[in-house]
Amino acid sequence: MRREVFEGIKVVEFAAIAAGPLIGMHLAQHGATVVHVESYKRPDGFRQNYPPYKDNKPGLNRSGAFTICNNDKYGITLNLKAKGAVEVAKKLIAWADIVIENFTPGTMKKLGLGYEDMKEVNPDIILLSSCNQGQTGPHAFHPGFGSHLSSLCGFTYMTGYKDRLPCILYGPYVDHIGVGYGVIAAVAALEHRRRTGEGQYVDLAQYEVGIQFMIPALLEYRVNGRIIERDGNKHAFAAPHNTYPCRGEDRWCVIAVFSDEEWEKLARCMGREDLIDDPRFATILARKQNEEELDAIVAAWTAQFDAHELFVMLQERGVQAGVVQTMEDLFNDPQLKHRGFWAPTDHPEVGRVHAEGPPFLLSKTPFAVKKPAPCIGEHNELVYKEFLGFSAEEYDRLVREGVIG
Amino acid sequence: MEEKHKLLQDCRVLDFSNEMGFLCGKILGDLGADVIKVERPGGDPSRNLGPFYKDKPDPEKNLYWFAYNNNKRGITLNIETETGRDILRKLIEKTDIMIETFPPGYLAGLDLDYESLSKINPKLIMTSITPFGQKGPYKDYRGSDLVLTAMSGFMSLLGDPDKPPVRPTLPQSYMWIGMHAAEGTMMAYYYRGLTGEGQHVDVSGQTGVTWAASIAPSFYDYNKEVPKRAGSFITGRSITGAIMRAVYPCKDGFVTYIIYGGPAGIRTNKQLTEWMASKGMAPDYLKNKDWDKFDIATVTQEEIDEIEAANMEFFKTITKDEFFKGCLERDMLGYPVATAKEILDDEQLKARGMWIEVEHEELGEKITYPAFFTIFSSIACGFWRRAPKIGEHNEEVYGELGLTKEDLLRLKKANVI
Repeated sequence: MRREVFEGIKVVEFAAIAAGPLIGMHLAQHGATVVHVESYKRPDGFRQNYPPYKDNKPGLNRSGAFTICNNDKYGITLNLKAKGAVEVAKKLIAWADIVIENFTPGTMKKLGLGYEDMKEVNPDIILLSSCNQGQTGPHAFHPGFGSHLSSLCGFTYMTGYKDRLPCILYGPYVDHIGVGYGVIAAVAALEHRRRTGEGQYVDLAQYEVGIQFMIPALLEYRVNGRIIERDGNKHAFAAPHNTYPCRGEDRWCVIAVFSDEEWEKLARCMGREDLIDDPRFATILARKQNEEELDAIVAAWTAQFDAHELFVMLQERGVQAGVVQTMEDLFNDPQLKHRGFWAPTDHPEVGRVHAEGPPFLLSKTPFAVKKPAPCIGEHNELVYKEFLGFSAEEYDRLVREGVIG
Repeated sequence: MEEKHKLLQDCRVLDFSNEMGFLCGKILGDLGADVIKVERPGGDPSRNLGPFYKDKPDPEKNLYWFAYNNNKRGITLNIETETGRDILRKLIEKTDIMIETFPPGYLAGLDLDYESLSKINPKLIMTSITPFGQKGPYKDYRGSDLVLTAMSGFMSLLGDPDKPPVRPTLPQSYMWIGMHAAEGTMMAYYYRGLTGEGQHVDVSGQTGVTWAASIAPSFYDYNKEVPKRAGSFITGRSITGAIMRAVYPCKDGFVTYIIYGGPAGIRTNKQLTEWMASKGMAPDYLKNKDWDKFDIATVTQEEIDEIEAANMEFFKTITKDEFFKGCLERDMLGYPVATAKEILDDEQLKARGMWIEVEHEELGEKITYPAFFTIFSSIACGFWRRAPKIGEHNEEVYGELGLTKEDLLRLKKANVI
């Protein structure tokens, strides 16, 4: 059997919520040994403060948000504010290849766990810091959450309808951009270390990776002086290009027609060959000019169908179409099932739950989901005794003194 | 200071991607890889996507192309000719990574799929990016941004509840997909460094966008709840079902302020109340509120509505900039709803060296681009060259294969390059 990509790579997370922990999760799903550090005093924010909880009953081990970000990790508690805790943290750092942290900049340093401190106990450590604004600069210390950052990065302004308020993006949208770039940065740093033996410091600002998804809008403004305005589902050179109603409560499909050829195919699907050469719709210019009328005709037709049936029928005949899939649909999606995207695990307190697979499948080293997210402190004994080599007496003392707690 | 090192400088990438995969090759290029964008003779159709430089619809002036094809050289090659395929096989001998977005099965039909090319170069990594993946019931279905935004579940969470769901007007799915493709490619590259083995990376566009829906799947997985779009409000923070406003009109646009719990949220709520009080705009029910006892998980909609009504009146009296400065000074959570203009003017990004002025000698102008995606202490991450013109590096790249100018002329006549 082949080795896993990150077999033998040890990761410690002083991180919470999404931006830090999901980086570790992607590494864990490809074989890394990842230890998630929190404390009873300050559990990961996703365990409290954020639904969903199983059956709507709050509880440290009942959080769906925590579970979807932390499968295949070891969970330990370490109260960094307790006397002697920093020395224990240094043991973890000495053991690790990569440390991931997403505190407000300066927090780790204040604890005596800055990059320089880490290098003293582990000269080739890789430290990846992920925060809102970056570790340096005039706004570095400004704390922030992903939902606000979606607005600062320009995404909110461009989402919704012209005559309405902008729409906020769901959840900490930009955090997840930070996760993708974070994994890329972590692997790059590992590759650098593989070649040179050197560790390094990675200063990832979620704001800066967020604007990577905005570059065309930045160029459009700088070069043409134009701000991209939110415009529903309209597209400058495609029509029909919109969301259309389907049978059932709040069910929708999307159809995107870019060429006259695609328009002909759609009209045939609709049994409306008469529309193909209709001067109102025959060319892209005509379709854009009469878009409202066109949308009304298409919507009246789609409303008769089940969204999934319509999607398959249109795609089979060469029309680009989709279903506005709900979260329920995603769990029933045959394509996602085929890719093993929702990986079942059995959580000791909440039962059967699913981990979300990566967006890519590696042919020789596929991802593997082996266990659910840890309960708080679940792996204290294993990590402190087996991984770090604390004796039973030392371990008991640290528990007694509230360091492990 | 020690000079930073271009990590991927000895890594050659052949990039056959359309707009769905541009960002993948760009990220490898940002890290120093020698990325060669391969277009069909005459240029890639994706050059016709807008927006355009000075609104001139010219394939050499496409701003989307500029945005995501920098750090790449450019060649043309027609792999539907036997000569073209021969040339590709020669190039593959010295290629580390090939990125492609052809429909599944297309390359197999030309004997250029991973199976065939890995026989020439067993260390080859091939990253294939398609709307739904290489296998499975939807593999042959097509998908533009609109389709992938819908099929990923992301769209079901966007838009006003009384209107149809929407996508962000600047397409986002291709960036998500390209980024995740680079992530998988980097993993395969690291594995190859350890073992000498290449492999095939199968990226599905649909799953590439799913993380844009954040933790929403867990609501269904845990409690069979289906999160819904809520316009300018956020949902899912309270077990009472209360929703919180996230976009408020202000004097010159909009701001994002959200009533939160937790230590940072409570500090923010206190600070805003004080700020409003200092302007005589805090009603008594806000001044008298014991924020330390405020619990976001159990708060009712009535309580939220009451607080937000007062906030709404206050934000109308200040500008985006005043709001941003206030949040910075008072250590509050909150940001303006920015546009490209504010991003380009932002002091933090300027101080971090985010912008680089790049010479476009073909336009006689400099254009501002982001200079990096992340700051590494040892690895160089940067903007090394503008996006290529059609076939700009044919002579250079094919010259490295030993082809002469006469050969290139013949290949051009035969519509190979």
